Amino acid sequence: MSSVPVLSRRVFVFGSTAVAGGVVFGSYGWAAETPAAPTPNPLTAGLGPDSVAFNPWVEISPDRITLIAQHADIGQGVGSIQPVMIAEELDLEIGQFEVRFAGPSPAYFNTGFAHEIAPFMAADQSPEAERGRAAALEWLRQSGLQMTGGSSAIPDTYEKLRLAGAVARETLKAAAARRSGIAVADLRTEAGHVVLPDGTRIPYGALSAEAAKIPPVTDVKLRNPANWRLIGKPMERLDIRAKVTGELIFGIDRKMEGMVYAAVKLNPNKGQPITSYDASKAQSMPGVQKVLKISNGVAVIATNSWYAMQAAERIECVWEPSKYPADQAGHWDIVQSSFTPEFLAKQWRNDGDIDAGLNGGTLVEAEYRAPYVGHQPLEPLNGIGIVTDDGMEIWVGHQTPQSVQDIAAKAIGMKPEQVTFHNEWSGGSFGHRLEFENVRALAEIANQLRGTPVKIVFSREQDFLQDIPRQIAMGRYRGSVKDGKIVAADVQVAATPPFKELLGRMGMPPKDPDGQLAVGIWNMYYDIPNYRAASYEVQGVSPTTTWRSVGASANGFFTESFIDELIHAAGLDPLQARIDMCKIPVYRTLLKTVGEMAGWKGPLGNGKGRGVAFVEAFGTGVAEIVDVTMTDAGIRIDKVWVAADVGKVVDPVNFENQVQGGVVWGLGHAMNCELTYANGSVQQTNYNHHEAMRMYQCPVIEVRGLENDYAVRGIGEPPVPPAAPALANAIFAATGKRIREMPFNKFIDFV
Amino acid sequence: MVELTVNGTTHQVDVVPEMPLLWVLRDELGITSPKYGCGIAQCGACTVQIDGAAVRSCQARIADVAGKAITTIEGIGNGKLHPVQEAWIEHQVPQCGYCQTGQIIQAIALLESHPTPTDTDINEVMSGNLCRCGTYERIRVAIHTAAGKMGGK
Repeated sequence: MSSVPVLSRRVFVFGSTAVAGGVVFGSYGWAAETPAAPTPNPLTAGLGPDSVAFNPWVEISPDRITLIAQHADIGQGVGSIQPVMIAEELDLEIGQFEVRFAGPSPAYFNTGFAHEIAPFMAADQSPEAERGRAAALEWLRQSGLQMTGGSSAIPDTYEKLRLAGAVARETLKAAAARRSGIAVADLRTEAGHVVLPDGTRIPYGALSAEAAKIPPVTDVKLRNPANWRLIGKPMERLDIRAKVTGELIFGIDRKMEGMVYAAVKLNPNKGQPITSYDASKAQSMPGVQKVLKISNGVAVIATNSWYAMQAAERIECVWEPSKYPADQAGHWDIVQSSFTPEFLAKQWRNDGDIDAGLNGGTLVEAEYRAPYVGHQPLEPLNGIGIVTDDGMEIWVGHQTPQSVQDIAAKAIGMKPEQVTFHNEWSGGSFGHRLEFENVRALAEIANQLRGTPVKIVFSREQDFLQDIPRQIAMGRYRGSVKDGKIVAADVQVAATPPFKELLGRMGMPPKDPDGQLAVGIWNMYYDIPNYRAASYEVQGVSPTTTWRSVGASANGFFTESFIDELIHAAGLDPLQARIDMCKIPVYRTLLKTVGEMAGWKGPLGNGKGRGVAFVEAFGTGVAEIVDVTMTDAGIRIDKVWVAADVGKVVDPVNFENQVQGGVVWGLGHAMNCELTYANGSVQQTNYNHHEAMRMYQCPVIEVRGLENDYAVRGIGEPPVPPAAPALANAIFAATGKRIREMPFNKFIDFV
Repeated sequence: MVELTVNGTTHQVDVVPEMPLLWVLRDELGITSPKYGCGIAQCGACTVQIDGAAVRSCQARIADVAGKAITTIEGIGNGKLHPVQEAWIEHQVPQCGYCQTGQIIQAIALLESHPTPTDTDINEVMSGNLCRCGTYERIRVAIHTAAGKMGGK
């Protein structure tokens, strides 16, 4: 087998963007490797007396230890595993520390994107690739971009949080050495104490004032993973109990003294303003205090959220019409006509001689579609804001704190640094809390009610109507087979560029092709001698954004469905052919493993079908097998097996939960969900129109995490992309019917 | 004024009679464990017990529940964890957790009518509770565990 293909891919997305922050990062951790100007520690400003913040993640005062979860907790568990990674090195027990979410600061720039934005495939360990990633990391450092997303929470923090804990531990020991006159080498730490040779135990809190006076000890060694107490072992997520007792306070649960409640009715023609409105019916409704106009709609202020929502619905609004086609067919027309040189974003691969390859065998052609889909986490968009003449304070669950500052400030004519941001526990996101509809509306409303705290809660209907959906995409695929082999594949995808659009709304519009549209067509690891892949970027339709697994959610479905069609045309076994063609040993092992888990022995027969798919997204290879049965009531999903390689499983119980959830997400939306436009507005306004998966359709999902990859990878999104093609391929095996468009329930019934 | 008994405590609330119980609990009484997810009985996140039955509080008019015993998750275990909550912790069911209080109250109702439920029983009763994070399999397993715990008492 040949080695990893080294191919120019995603350009440095951030290379061409405006730099968001200043010079960042400081002298803690591994800074010795990469000297940079020190960044102010964002914890310093809020420190109480006799307290110390060794770095942006650890704060110790005489009465409490606070560990910072750097990322937003959107259900993926960072509010647990991130402090636990610090506690591992700091020798803290569960229960000895409090957890707080990070505020906005370039000190929290996301190092985890370096792999994703460097133009090298995940498995590529060449010096050139490593140099590319180092350059990407430098861009990230300079941008200061603090973002939760891209399955980066663990890759970003796996080293730096352990280092943060180790720096804190060694500095506390240095303080204890000063006080006691005993050499640091003779001191040890245990359960929140520095322990002297005679057994005397000094609590960390008793050392904070002295530790604050000495420079942090940065010459530290990370512990051998063989000696870990917490990481990699089954542990109870720190938030589980509070979520089971109902005590956990989500953003929507927060209350403030003197707070008023706001509900909105916003222009469903996304991005367009309001023309006029008549609030006469709403104004006299119970609980209503005020009706306010904001740039893209109206807001009702009331004594509780329900009164506000009821009244908002009764306001008659005249909207500016959409700039995109009013009806869904018009959106598809634009997508279909985007396969032209004018819209070509990039040809990502051109191996061998595609024309000769296509002409040299039996031609197979197929066209695929992926619709708009909603995010719709169960906690609707919300937030609390107070605007005064000096600035704004905002409490909202969000994945890009600095952008919240920017967007809110712009909405009310202030400067970003005048906006104080507090993150909240979020009831899911799936990409929804990377957008700003609630932030902008809240800022505009609170600005008209200066001095009064305002709580905004979107009704589910408004949340659906304002949800910026997953990209709409089409794939035009051609390939050929000859003598039992796949000899060519020509892969063309036209889609809206979701990440590029998001960056544009964040005020950092890149000029380069959206690398997310390369995922699933560029990083295709089968040995096909003549292979070409290109993306076209669709313009003039609905705005779109990142949706759990982003580009790969559509492209992975297209490519792995088409590979299955080619394998079938070549007369090969779907699993064995993939194993034989796979060029990357780590990924080949995943395919073999998932086959062993499922006991793959070829076709099942008797109305049963089995499908397999493999996709690498965000660096994580995931192989899935789906079993289905064709019953009188429709297709039933019997079981799913998943093998995923993340290099290191840091939180094994949560890992399994994330993988199962990703499969449910991938299957449920592929089966049952789409958003469609009519008269400029999305037609689906609640879960009865966009149901995804409920329990009765949910199969048993067996998960195995492998640790062969050389790098530590994320798991939030990668299980999503293989689910849809594995299901479609299973349905083909059971019924002989190829489904090339999501949602599948337009073409076949499910039990 | 409507008189309301929640977890054994009586409250007076001054709201319109058609206001759903969910919003009285959340915004008027500050009891935020019942969650707003859909407002139309599609998600089950707002589920509470009314006179012992699991009910979608977004559909219960406040005028209709006056004088009835309303129990939210805070009142479910008499100050201790309910066996269903214990099972939820054991299997680490939640991810974001937003739907889970409703799931737990629905599961308790299921186990009262089906002390040893089959997967089919569980699917039938629990399919009205949406979980966008996809924790369904863990919920099924946790319900079986809870059935064992409750049967053993």
